[in-house]
Amino acid sequence: MTKPLKQHLIDPEICIRCYTCEMTCALGAIEHDDNNVVVDASKCNFCMDCIPVCPTGSIDEWRVVTDPYSVEDQFGWDELPDQQEIGETEADTGLEAIDETMAALLAEAHKGAGGKAKAPASASKPTINMYNLGKPAQATVQGNYRLTDETSDSDVRHIILNFANLPFPVLEGQSIGIIPPGTDADGKPHLPRLYSVSSPRDGERANFNNLSLTVKREDRGVCSNYICDLKQGDTVQVTGPFGATFLLPSDPDAHLLMICTGTGSAPFRGFTMRRQRENPSLTGSLTLAFGARRQGELPYFGPLKKVPESFMKKLFAFSRREDGPKQYVQDKLREEAAQVATLLQDPGGYIYICGLKAMEQGVEEALSDIARSVGLDWTSLRDTMREDGRYHVETY
Amino acid sequence: MLDLINVSYDTQIPNNVGLSSDKRVLKALEKWHPGYINWWSDLIPQNFQESLIYLRTAVSVDPKGWAKFDYVKMPEYRWGVLLAPQVEDRRIPCGEHFGEPAWQEVPGEYRSLLRRLIVIQGDTEPASVEQQRFLGLTAPSLYDMRNLFQVNVEEGRHLWAMVYLLHKYFGRDGREEADDLLRRSSGSEEAPRMLGAFNEETPDWLSFFMFTYFTDRDGKMQLESLAQSGFDPLSRTCRFMLTEEAHHMFVGETGVGRTIQRTCEAMNAAGITDPYDIDKIRDLGVIDLPLIQKKLNMHYTLSLDLFGQEVSTNAANAFNSGIKGRYMEQRIDDDHKLEGDTYKVWDMVDGKMVQHEVPALTAINMRLRDDYSRDAAGGVGRWNKIIAKLGVQFEMTLPHESFNRKIGVFADKLFDPTGNLLSGAEYDAGEANWLPTHADGDFIQSLMKPCTEPGKYAGWIAPPKVGIDNKPGDFEYVKLHMA
Repeated sequence: MTKPLKQHLIDPEICIRCYTCEMTCALGAIEHDDNNVVVDASKCNFCMDCIPVCPTGSIDEWRVVTDPYSVEDQFGWDELPDQQEIGETEADTGLEAIDETMAALLAEAHKGAGGKAKAPASASKPTINMYNLGKPAQATVQGNYRLTDETSDSDVRHIILNFANLPFPVLEGQSIGIIPPGTDADGKPHLPRLYSVSSPRDGERANFNNLSLTVKREDRGVCSNYICDLKQGDTVQVTGPFGATFLLPSDPDAHLLMICTGTGSAPFRGFTMRRQRENPSLTGSLTLAFGARRQGELPYFGPLKKVPESFMKKLFAFSRREDGPKQYVQDKLREEAAQVATLLQDPGGYIYICGLKAMEQGVEEALSDIARSVGLDWTSLRDTMREDGRYHVETY
Repeated sequence: MLDLINVSYDTQIPNNVGLSSDKRVLKALEKWHPGYINWWSDLIPQNFQESLIYLRTAVSVDPKGWAKFDYVKMPEYRWGVLLAPQVEDRRIPCGEHFGEPAWQEVPGEYRSLLRRLIVIQGDTEPASVEQQRFLGLTAPSLYDMRNLFQVNVEEGRHLWAMVYLLHKYFGRDGREEADDLLRRSSGSEEAPRMLGAFNEETPDWLSFFMFTYFTDRDGKMQLESLAQSGFDPLSRTCRFMLTEEAHHMFVGETGVGRTIQRTCEAMNAAGITDPYDIDKIRDLGVIDLPLIQKKLNMHYTLSLDLFGQEVSTNAANAFNSGIKGRYMEQRIDDDHKLEGDTYKVWDMVDGKMVQHEVPALTAINMRLRDDYSRDAAGGVGRWNKIIAKLGVQFEMTLPHESFNRKIGVFADKLFDPTGNLLSGAEYDAGEANWLPTHADGDFIQSLMKPCTEPGKYAGWIAPPKVGIDNKPGDFEYVKLHMA
């Protein structure tokens, strides 16, 4: 089988044939007849210049195809064809990112879900790949704050990037690429590294066009050291946004169980802040299970304490406590088995897991045991939830 | 080096033309600015001025930068001077100077012609804001209210664009003309706007959608032909305005389309199959399709009048001198001079409609009008697809171009919408079927009740298929100021 291809299409039911995209396209990849405006797959290089100029929103349509639809096919359309089922390999057939490297990284991170991830039905439509290696966005560092205790050997940082006038539409749960300066051992420029955004869509500070990242300094990590050393006023080259499934449902009735360790808390900070800004009066619909070695190493411990328990139930697990036995997030899930079981059986229940790969096994075992205790088979339950866009894993 | 892509905010007036180093023009514009702000403040009802509107603002003239969305109070919208990037070695695309380098300064012999064209274009921009000033009070949704205000602030910016050209290139005359653009007022007895259609009222939202579909489309065609101008600053100005104008086309096409959709859906739900069962359909609180057709007839024909006389020496001069090109001039495969070419135009000979060939140079208006009609027909076809998809037996059509005309060869004669010449009595007997009556207007007016809850829509219009800037259905496009 030939490798599937991501094809850019225009929705003929929404397009008003103003031809602004056609006039914008530097490659002449967009053309029209008396019926439709279409994109020639053999010419489009995904520069995304046509996306913001469209007044209608008809232009941001993508299908993964084995054989691209020809220009003639598209001229004949009255409506867009549905996405065909062409395979389960996310890296090849998903639409999390247009460029292959980023798609592969995200596919690897999503592997723990046991199959191809789907976005929550009520999630907002994400923008992907607006900026790429050839045309990155430039952001300015607005702040860089250490989140972990000074005495800890774990250096986790809260970085705020400001895009000033540049449009950078991002949703909670999406990631961005940071391009570290310099070259690798082969003398090639570094590829971007992916980081989850930890602020809500309208900005770290609402309507200020900035976003935050939660980054842990890794021993000899080229990019993490670069980011953790950034000073206020430094400029950073950014690609993305990426990711189209690990997203927050817009439905205020959705119940979320968010399970994370360390910097895996980043997307959940975004989720929580979004909910706080949009539906501050909701109660009992968010649960956070958050693990770290110690309290002083748990990112955002202070601010989290201020979130009322009625708004978000918080289960902290510390694996190196002086005052008690080691605890992991899965232990906390087992302690709250009854509540987790209710959520597993709720069609409005969502599970998100984010953190180190190592956490996956323990968490899944706990979920599996809890499912079994109410007479459910975890694997098929998980597959159903995932197909419904209600089970999400992003681990690294 | 001057940055001519990104919008500079180092003066009061955002721009990409290096205003901060052009003291004379900057001073002139700063002098004009308070008058503009006063005009805007007097125009738009106060509580909307204080409301936060989710608007699109250009922050640069390259594709990534001209659609940045944010909440803005309208008086704080960054009206500015934005020109499309200069094309290197651009040549005059038409007329007797074809192939010569485009002018960066106004050629002396065309000065008054150019100024007049710019003033006419400029006069339409504030006029439409004046016509639409009260529509915010009856918006069928926050989404539609946002779209209205987006159209309004961009028309305001287009005025800025024309005023910049007047100040920059036309000295004292230009300054006086710029002041007059704020002195004239739509529908005024003493100082009306220059073109007829811009002194008509826009009393309701269907009129607004029809206006943005048909009348703004005339604007688009005029901008398209001015974008071909050999006077490069005018060309660059109009090219950037076209990117904004596309949004206005969108508001019109989808507004009418959503109105039609809602009517058909309501008819289906009530089991009404006859689109002419007007009383029953109106009882459902939706606008019957025959009335939508009547509104279409009116707005289309008013807009045709904006193209002027079919045969015009003024238009010939503008083309021949390279001041104004044809629609898509660069894509037309001819000598771009029209030497010896002919074009078919309508005429009335011995009381009969005839088409005959005239020198193409004199038929520039007619040609642009034909291009306009083709462009306008596209959306009508898409409206018909909505009707067909919902299974209703009805088809919208563009009336014959002789119908209801006040300018050109068909003026002073009476025709029906299919183009049959009528006596006065015949016309009087049929008029109520072809053009909206007072009663029709009153009915539409009775539906104009504001709907300001996020995600909710008035009963006569369907919600849009997709939100602005990918926003979900219940997005609060306008945070209304509560006095």
